[in-house]
Amino acid sequence: MRKKAAILSAFIWGSGQFFIGRERARGIIFFLTQIAVTAVEFFTGYWPEWLMGQIDEFQIRLYGGFFTKGIWGLITLGSNPGKDHSMILLIRGLLIIFVLVIIGGIWCWNIIDAWKSAEKRKNSVLISENGFRRKYAKLFPYLVLSPITVIFLAVIVLPIICCVLTAFTNYNRDHLPPGNLLSWVGFENFRKLFTIPIWSDTFLRVATWTVVWAVTVTVLTYFIGMFQAMILNSQYVRGRKIFQTILILPWAIPQMISLMVFRNLFNGQFGPINQILLDMGIISEKIPFLTDPLNARITVIIVAVWLGAPMFMVMMLGTFSNMDQSLYEAASLDGAGRIQIFRYITFPLVFLATAPLLVMNLAGNFNGFGLIYFMTKGGPTNSELQFAGDTDILISWIYKLTLDQRMYNMAAVMSILIFILIGAVSLWNFKRTASFKEI
Amino acid sequence: MKKKGMILFIHLELIVASIIVLVPVFWIIMSSFQQESSLVSATLIPKSFTLENYRRLFVETNYINWFWNTLKIAAVNAVFSVFIVMITAWIMSRFQFRGRKTGLITILLLSMFPTFLSMTAVYTLFLTLGMVGNPVSLIIVYIAGAIPYNTWLVKGYLDGIPKSIDEAAYLDGCGRFQAFFKVLLPVSKPIITYCAVSQFMLPWMDYILPNMLLSSSDKNKTLAVGLFSMIDGKENSFFTTFAAGAVLIAIPITLLFIFFQKYLVQGVAAGADKG
Repeated sequence: MRKKAAILSAFIWGSGQFFIGRERARGIIFFLTQIAVTAVEFFTGYWPEWLMGQIDEFQIRLYGGFFTKGIWGLITLGSNPGKDHSMILLIRGLLIIFVLVIIGGIWCWNIIDAWKSAEKRKNSVLISENGFRRKYAKLFPYLVLSPITVIFLAVIVLPIICCVLTAFTNYNRDHLPPGNLLSWVGFENFRKLFTIPIWSDTFLRVATWTVVWAVTVTVLTYFIGMFQAMILNSQYVRGRKIFQTILILPWAIPQMISLMVFRNLFNGQFGPINQILLDMGIISEKIPFLTDPLNARITVIIVAVWLGAPMFMVMMLGTFSNMDQSLYEAASLDGAGRIQIFRYITFPLVFLATAPLLVMNLAGNFNGFGLIYFMTKGGPTNSELQFAGDTDILISWIYKLTLDQRMYNMAAVMSILIFILIGAVSLWNFKRTASFKEI
Repeated sequence: MKKKGMILFIHLELIVASIIVLVPVFWIIMSSFQQESSLVSATLIPKSFTLENYRRLFVETNYINWFWNTLKIAAVNAVFSVFIVMITAWIMSRFQFRGRKTGLITILLLSMFPTFLSMTAVYTLFLTLGMVGNPVSLIIVYIAGAIPYNTWLVKGYLDGIPKSIDEAAYLDGCGRFQAFFKVLLPVSKPIITYCAVSQFMLPWMDYILPNMLLSSSDKNKTLAVGLFSMIDGKENSFFTTFAAGAVLIAIPITLLFIFFQKYLVQGVAAGADKG
């Protein structure tokens, strides 16, 4: 009975419920859904004409319905240069896949429902008014979340999938839709990135610098922030409030403004820092802060520390005030010195409390686009590198590849790699926190 | 004697650190009152003070337009983001349903994918929908982008509120939404403040998305895009006007930050705790 109902519903939706489960209304609703889906496909395409034999040679591109055409677009990425826009076909195809997944979900639900309704009939359970209310309570979270999910899928998930798929196409400045068609190239771009010297060299150098940059900045901001917090926390400080307000400013001032100011402050030709150093006689010629590779790297790190340290300072002040004073008293009674207290009590406690923040900050600096782009735009340009400058980190290189060079496919490959790396580190970080176990 | 040295050292360090922090701030404020317009002449202490740069900012550039554009986007973004995030987090925190855990992990993973890496696709998507150049597209991206991280944050906060208070509300005959709006929302004020303020501050300093999604006409820019266009050239001949613009916007945002500092610090701490 149950099997029969499920099989019936698998072909004609709702028929199992209708004939075997005796749930007429439900059966009809499922059946109407199937009719609607089929009708959309049937009438948006030229299927009636085809059935009547009016079309000799059936081409999905011209005559396909909503669904078949969408899938055709996703698979072929168009066949008529100038008329088919491959990127739009790709996105439309994905949208249609989403719709199909939802329809598939309804189909599965319909089969399970047929099974259940046959079972209910066997056990002759009556559906009461209460059952409806329980159903509503069960469905409530889905009802509320579905509009949000749709927005989220369309604006976040779809572009990410699209970006991932781009990595497997030849979407670059030599193949720009709508003038040209794109095609699937498999892992060709990945192969290129690792085997063609100019790409692999650039990738290796940029990636190395990205890691050096992220680790240096994070470690420096962390310890300078900690040092500053300890100084501020000292019992001898007078005017603590004033100093604290001043020292928090780099965090409070919009970061982009600060970066744009620093960019000018360190300007090699006209910047005031050079001018002052010259006037004071400390240097005899202007220092190219942002145009010499090494100088530029040091400068961006200094600026990043200026911007980042106050955050750690504030967070650690919070940790200090939460710390158990009796530990310190006990330690000093035992004759521990200042350095010992720091090494064995303060540091371990603070580190424990701020470790997740440290990892988050590391990931943030790894992808610290603004810090690089607004200071140097990745420059100074290096002709040995493929479209990258000496201070470019992976993410700013990707940005340049996308917007300036239109190497969308290579940019997408790199995005995937970054995502895997950052995702793995953050997930590892997160898995250790308490809130992960609670969900 | 040792103690005295310590006090001296501490205060010396604090003063040096304060100077390092204040020099760029001081310099940009001074530059905004400078007579000449280019970077060359922007010395630490100007030779003469003038309000000319501020006048030029309002008369010769579209600063006021940029400001209004950004303010509108920021306000709408703050309101809708908070609303959507609160609802999502509430469902995730208070209801048990199939797919909940999968959903939470999925958004967590996706939140690690920087929004702008998929910007070409976002751009093409809005191009397909005919919405490029429309600020609504930007707001939609901001709101959707706010969901993953903030949902986790707020969910963590709501988990900390005892369930008995919703149950009491249900017993009093409240519906689900009533219980949410009348009971849970009022006690979540700190986290709402954090989300609202951080979402409000976001558009002021975001560059990539508005640069891409808004039309390129100068009038429709947001503040960040407009300001950066002023100093992007090699000569920086509008430098002092830029300085005036930067000072004018930095002041309210900085004050906003300091005013809500308590909530922002709590938010960051909770964020680190939650992942």
